[in-house]
Amino acid sequence: MSNARRSPARFLLMAFFIVFVIFLYGPMFAIITLSFQGPDGGLTFPMQGFSLHWFAELFKEQRVGDFKASFSRSLLLATIVMLLTVAISLMAGLAFRKNFKGSAALFYLVVASLIVPSILLTLGIGLLFDRLGLETHWWSSGLGAHLSWTLPFGLLIMFAIFNRFDKAYEEAARDMGASAWQVVRFVIVPIIAPSLIGVGLFGFTLSFDEFARSLLVMGVRNTLPLEIFGMTTTVTTPTLYALGTLTTLVSFLMIGLSLLVIRHLSARRVRLQNAREAGDA
Amino acid sequence: MRSLADKFLTSLQVTPLLGVLAVFFLLPIVVILAVSFWDYNEFSLLPDFVWTNYQELFSSPVTYKIYLSTFMFAGLSWLFTLLIGFTVAYYLAFHVHSKLWQTLLFLLCTIPFLTSNLIRMIAWIPVLGRHGLVNSGLQNIGLIDAPLEWLLYSDFAVVLAFVHLYTLFMVVPIFNSMMKIDRSLIEAAVDAGAGGWQVLRQIIIPLCKPGIVIGSIFVITLVMGDFVTVQTMSGGQNASVGVAMNNKRALLQYPAAAADAVVLLVVVLLIVAVLMRVVNVRKEL
Repeated sequence: MSNARRSPARFLLMAFFIVFVIFLYGPMFAIITLSFQGPDGGLTFPMQGFSLHWFAELFKEQRVGDFKASFSRSLLLATIVMLLTVAISLMAGLAFRKNFKGSAALFYLVVASLIVPSILLTLGIGLLFDRLGLETHWWSSGLGAHLSWTLPFGLLIMFAIFNRFDKAYEEAARDMGASAWQVVRFVIVPIIAPSLIGVGLFGFTLSFDEFARSLLVMGVRNTLPLEIFGMTTTVTTPTLYALGTLTTLVSFLMIGLSLLVIRHLSARRVRLQNAREAGDA
Repeated sequence: MRSLADKFLTSLQVTPLLGVLAVFFLLPIVVILAVSFWDYNEFSLLPDFVWTNYQELFSSPVTYKIYLSTFMFAGLSWLFTLLIGFTVAYYLAFHVHSKLWQTLLFLLCTIPFLTSNLIRMIAWIPVLGRHGLVNSGLQNIGLIDAPLEWLLYSDFAVVLAFVHLYTLFMVVPIFNSMMKIDRSLIEAAVDAGAGGWQVLRQIIIPLCKPGIVIGSIFVITLVMGDFVTVQTMSGGQNASVGVAMNNKRALLQYPAAAADAVVLLVVVLLIVAVLMRVVNVRKEL
């Protein structure tokens, strides 16, 4: 591979990667720029001045649906989904380390939940609630529909985490008399904490942005993606882009926050390790 | 031998997962299966056991046309996400040597996945629209006289959006497979005189099979079950199975939509079953 460093293939690959990244981000930058369009500007370039006009428009409720309410509803739902995804995936992930009876069946159930078409699942949940005479709400049927999507992701990440987990730590703890709960609370969770933040990030953003598994199950009160979808057919101003910029900002904030917490956790671990080594010396 | 308490603990740990999936996955599918045999009129569902929903579905030529276009979308999206995803993963795994850069570039590819799919679709409007960047750019340099109409709201736009949204689902598992490849294997091949192309074809691609299969399962099932991308990006010009199902749902023809759903589920499961035969997914995780 040493001569691969200088080969033209390497530069071609690098160029390909750069084009791919532009392909990924280019359109997003276009709408972020256009969301600052002047009051007379339209959906495409050129920019007619620069303003926050379309963001202000967004907050005038009567103009474009109930943006504020659906926004806060989505934030709350995503937070609940995040916490439940971390807790439930961690518990199941711990169980899956042993080959319990029915583990294969449960695994395939999880995979099936991931690959089943979303429109089919929400149709089923909607019909189920209808037949049971229950009203659909974002905090009941909506929450369940989102979990059917985030839990498989959470569990798959847990598998990856535990595959790399060194069991010597918990064996040492057990040898020293730690109970099963103590092993989880004081050994496993602190070690995998950074990855758990990652699971939480997935749970939050997948729920916050989820449209396909939100249709038909949120009841009368819309979450943000449903509101956005409604807007795609009715709104023909850069307000749509302003909304895109805001939701993207929320996702970016969550990613940034998660990375900060992960860094903080790893730094703390290094510090504790150093302190312990200094103590040993 | 595992103790009773141990078994109890395990079942306690999986109960929440099982509970959620039972109520929000298994039960809804059972309901769909049941309702697909029901009758209906303009106002309500009539519990029954009739085959009419399936008969209507299979006797309509529209069904076959829609399945054909859905398969086309799935096939093209699969092909392009695989080619692009493999190349990107290959670059990251074998040509980025610093661990830090590898992580950073990998993150760079992952971030868009954590933003809204709807917004990522809308984002193509100022690029591909009639007065969008591509059209005005091509007009400015004199390559075309009139805006290209097929850039947005067309089959092209649908496939482009799928590739844009789902290539990451190929990159991650393939990159994962590549990182597991023992580098000394490649060195040995190079020492024995293998060229770059031979290494790629005879070592890397075969060893990436699990990643390719997992990525393919993701992309194909997502596209097969999609309705919002096709609806938005084709501008109503073309349909997929999901779009058809959603239209029936909107007309309150739930049993017909349910029959649609059952057939789609069977088709998707068959595709996945074939792919799973190629690779033992559970062992690869």
